[in-house]
Amino acid sequence: MTSISEDSDKEKVRSVSVDLNNDASLVIDIPDALCERDKVKFTIHIKTTLSSFQKSEFSVPRQHEDFIWLHDTIVETEEYAGLIIPPAPPKPDFEGPREKMHKLGEGESSMTKEEYAKMKQELEAEYLAVFKKTVQVHEVFLQRLSSHPMFRKDRNFQIFLEYDQDLTVRRKNAKEMFGGFFKNMVKSADEVLISGVKEVDEFFEQEKIFLLDYSSKIKDATAKAEKMTRSHKNVADDYNHISGAMNSIAADNNTAFKKTISVCVLQKLEDRVASDQELKLTELLRYYTRDIQAAKDLLYRRARALADYENSNKTLDKARLKGKDIAQAEENQKQCLRKFDKLSESGKKELTSFKARRVVAFRKNLIEMTELEIKHAKNSMSLLQGSIEILNSN
Amino acid sequence: MAASSERSPPPFPDSEEPELLEDSDEGADAFTGTSISEMDSPSPDSTRPPKDIFNEPPEDIFSDPLSNINSEPQKKVDTKIPSPSSDEAVDLFSEPLDDDSEVMSSPEVQNPMPDLLNEPVEAPKSDVLGEPPVHKNAARQQDFFEDPPKGSNNSSSSVKKAVSAELFGDDEDEEDLFKETPKVVTKKPQPSGPPVDVFTEVKSDVKVKPQVKDDPTDLFTEEALTAPAQKPPASSSSSSRTNGVHSEEQDLFSEATVELSLDSPLNDRKKKDAVKPSLSAPAASVASSSSKAPSKTLEELEEEESEDKFDLNISVTNPEKVGDGMNAYMAYKVSTQTSLTMFRSKTFTVRRRFSDFLGLYEKLSEKHSQNGYIVPPPPEKSILGMTKVKVGKEDPSSAEFVERRRAALERYLQRVVSHPSLLQDPDVREFLEKEELPRAVSTQALSGAGFLKMLNKATDAVSKMTIKMNEQDVWFDEKIQDVENEEQHMRKLHVMVESLVNHRKELSGNTAVFAKSVAMLGSSEDNTALSRALSQLAEVEDRIEQLHQEQASNDFFTFSELLADYIRLLGAVKGCFDQRMKAWQRWQDAENMLQKKREAEAKLLWANKPDKLQQAKDEIAEWEAKVTQYEREFERISATVRKEVIRFDKEKARDFKRQIVKYLESLLNSQQQLIKYWEAFLPEAKAIA
Repeated sequence: MTSISEDSDKEKVRSVSVDLNNDASLVIDIPDALCERDKVKFTIHIKTTLSSFQKSEFSVPRQHEDFIWLHDTIVETEEYAGLIIPPAPPKPDFEGPREKMHKLGEGESSMTKEEYAKMKQELEAEYLAVFKKTVQVHEVFLQRLSSHPMFRKDRNFQIFLEYDQDLTVRRKNAKEMFGGFFKNMVKSADEVLISGVKEVDEFFEQEKIFLLDYSSKIKDATAKAEKMTRSHKNVADDYNHISGAMNSIAADNNTAFKKTISVCVLQKLEDRVASDQELKLTELLRYYTRDIQAAKDLLYRRARALADYENSNKTLDKARLKGKDIAQAEENQKQCLRKFDKLSESGKKELTSFKARRVVAFRKNLIEMTELEIKHAKNSMSLLQGSIEILNSN
Repeated sequence: MAASSERSPPPFPDSEEPELLEDSDEGADAFTGTSISEMDSPSPDSTRPPKDIFNEPPEDIFSDPLSNINSEPQKKVDTKIPSPSSDEAVDLFSEPLDDDSEVMSSPEVQNPMPDLLNEPVEAPKSDVLGEPPVHKNAARQQDFFEDPPKGSNNSSSSVKKAVSAELFGDDEDEEDLFKETPKVVTKKPQPSGPPVDVFTEVKSDVKVKPQVKDDPTDLFTEEALTAPAQKPPASSSSSSRTNGVHSEEQDLFSEATVELSLDSPLNDRKKKDAVKPSLSAPAASVASSSSKAPSKTLEELEEEESEDKFDLNISVTNPEKVGDGMNAYMAYKVSTQTSLTMFRSKTFTVRRRFSDFLGLYEKLSEKHSQNGYIVPPPPEKSILGMTKVKVGKEDPSSAEFVERRRAALERYLQRVVSHPSLLQDPDVREFLEKEELPRAVSTQALSGAGFLKMLNKATDAVSKMTIKMNEQDVWFDEKIQDVENEEQHMRKLHVMVESLVNHRKELSGNTAVFAKSVAMLGSSEDNTALSRALSQLAEVEDRIEQLHQEQASNDFFTFSELLADYIRLLGAVKGCFDQRMKAWQRWQDAENMLQKKREAEAKLLWANKPDKLQQAKDEIAEWEAKVTQYEREFERISATVRKEVIRFDKEKARDFKRQIVKYLESLLNSQQQLIKYWEAFLPEAKAIA
């Protein structure tokens, strides 16, 4: 199980981040991570030929909060307003497995040794899967940054990669947290407000409609896919339990049922199907939900700039009317226009590349998922055939 | 004395061993010779009489009939329960026992023990020497009574073995004598049944424990010197020889009195056993670990099965709603196809409603379950499911309910007719053939009859709890435990399979929703290739949903229902065990009664009231008959239950195998479909540019 998820993890790294033009000038990966209580420490390994780095190969320890900090600083950088900023990795969530572990500890006395061992094994596998997923989303974030011509030159990014001690970035305090929350509120309100602003560029108009539509659909699909994989997992769990029960019956009744144990093996396959499906499909959808959010953010920023430009136009008109501060208003208007134009230009580029990237990523993932489905189905088929033969020969 | 002489002769005619008879007579004579008073105060005397006996009669026995003994030890043993083995010790004991069981107990123990011990002890020693066992026996007897061991005896090893085996048998017989419990019964065949086994066993025993030799002789010489009624040494020596004997010995003492009363019935039964071993063997040897009995029953079963290869095909089809409203019911077409001559035609069809099936079960279980047959239980009534059907909503759940019930009824009928005894039942034939059946009345859950049934069940449950059967039969003991465990496991498994079914249904639902959502996503995707791929994916997911649904119903019908059936069947098996326990209880009650009567008689005897004595004797005779009858019943039911359970196990293994193969095939099928779907999708995914 573990080895397989490892494999698929690696595949997936490649697949989700297909947009990475794998040039060897800056290669980042996370070969190792350590989970301490609720903190996860990632070891980031960097291999580069870029002269801006002091060494060509080095490793630094980073925590999840450092990633968030990096993301935030990039978002806040004015310069990048016209770019799709890679979505920040989600917070590591080990609650599920941990809770189960707790339950397992409680139920230890009421279970037989075998059951306990089995449960523990299952849990460990699940924990490992979550852990791997976490590592992987962080890795993808860095890889996307490193593959982007603008972000890879970012100062903060370089610091993040190079500073060989703990970054120990300052955690957001309550006020800032609240501020962030408030900002989000304002932003969504603003979004509604400026949605009324007439779009001047048809490309962006279309893109906006498409993205809004697409994001709601993909969110829906993600939710459904999650549900589906969850029920698939349930089925796999059931197989697991059935195999356990079968085993105990077989242990009791060595003659009649010995051969039926083969059914148990099915469970593992089903499990694998479920986890692969989750990895391939759900994760793809999930990632693009976030990515689309990022694209939407770009659109928002552009729209914001547009609104600013219009506002500045208005002020200029007003100033002209009043004959006061005309120079300043003109300056302001010009600035806004410049900014808007710049944003539009880079946004257009970004969105086009995003589209291409998305299509490629979907293709790759769908192909891989299909291949895996076929592989698993074939495996279970041969397994089933084998067990049927065994049963028939007896 | 009189009693004993009565007792000992009967077995002999059956035993087909005149020699033995003589021997035992001799032994008896010898004993009669030794007066009862002697026996009562045995310490000095008892040492003597045995000696005499052993010196002479045994020699005779062994010298001549050795070969006979060897060849037919089992029968001998069988027949000879009361005064079993021709052998000295046993006869001696059986007689004294009658006179005064308690006093006797001590010499008894002492004497048989020596025999046992002697034999093995000597065997290894004399092995080398290879002297005729005849002498050996006598010699040995002398050995331990007189002390001078005769090492010079030459006996062929086989003979020796025979002797020891015989002794072994005797030993067991003694146990039988003194213990009236079924355990004894079951034990007996072990030594007697497969002579070869016993011998080899004995042989190995002997070889393994050469050091025993010293012990027993010592013990015995000592015993002989001191007092014959030295229980501890005797028993300890016995235990050193064969484990388990020891404890039985103690049982002997404790139950000596009981034995007295049981004597005659046991005797009868034993005779019977000897006469028709094939019939009673399974019952008697139920627990015997020896391979003989089980293999025998198995063989019987095998034969039966081959005979049973009948051609009878029953199907239940066309469920049809008859009537309206709450009086509506479902009628099923029961079609039979057969080549059996017991039926009037080759194919015939009747219409039956659900309560008819229940009625059939009621009739069958009334007739057969008390005999220890496993009567297959019909599917449960389901008021909720039926009400839904009655209300007539054409929703899928009621259709599923009807189909589920139809399948269950079909399986039920097939189980009934596949039982050789049940197939012969006129009610079954009537059910299959007769156009109109009288309406089964007692099957309604809420009727008066139903209430009575519930009451009966409750009292049964209570009495079940009060009966404390100390199971002496290892086979049953294990089997009951097994069935209990199995039922538990099955229930657990059933719950899990149910949850699998539910989860798979859920999965299929979720897949459908996802398919829709993917289709939507595809429609809003602006890349045409990707859009097409997504809508293809949606289609694939749609098909997969169908697949999951089919698989869920497969899960349910081939796997879950199988388990449900077997949970019900295991309940029926448990019912059989309960019937057996009831029979046992009847027997025990009768035995207790008999004992009471005996005690009353003894009191009367003591009080010297001859007028009432006759009545008491009559009563004893009556109860003896009853005990015999109940015991026989118990044994019959044990045998039947055993046979039934073995049959059931076989059927179960076959059923499970068939169903699981079917289930796996269904899984295989859906996997194949899955591959097809995905393979069709693969080029689409690749076509995304």
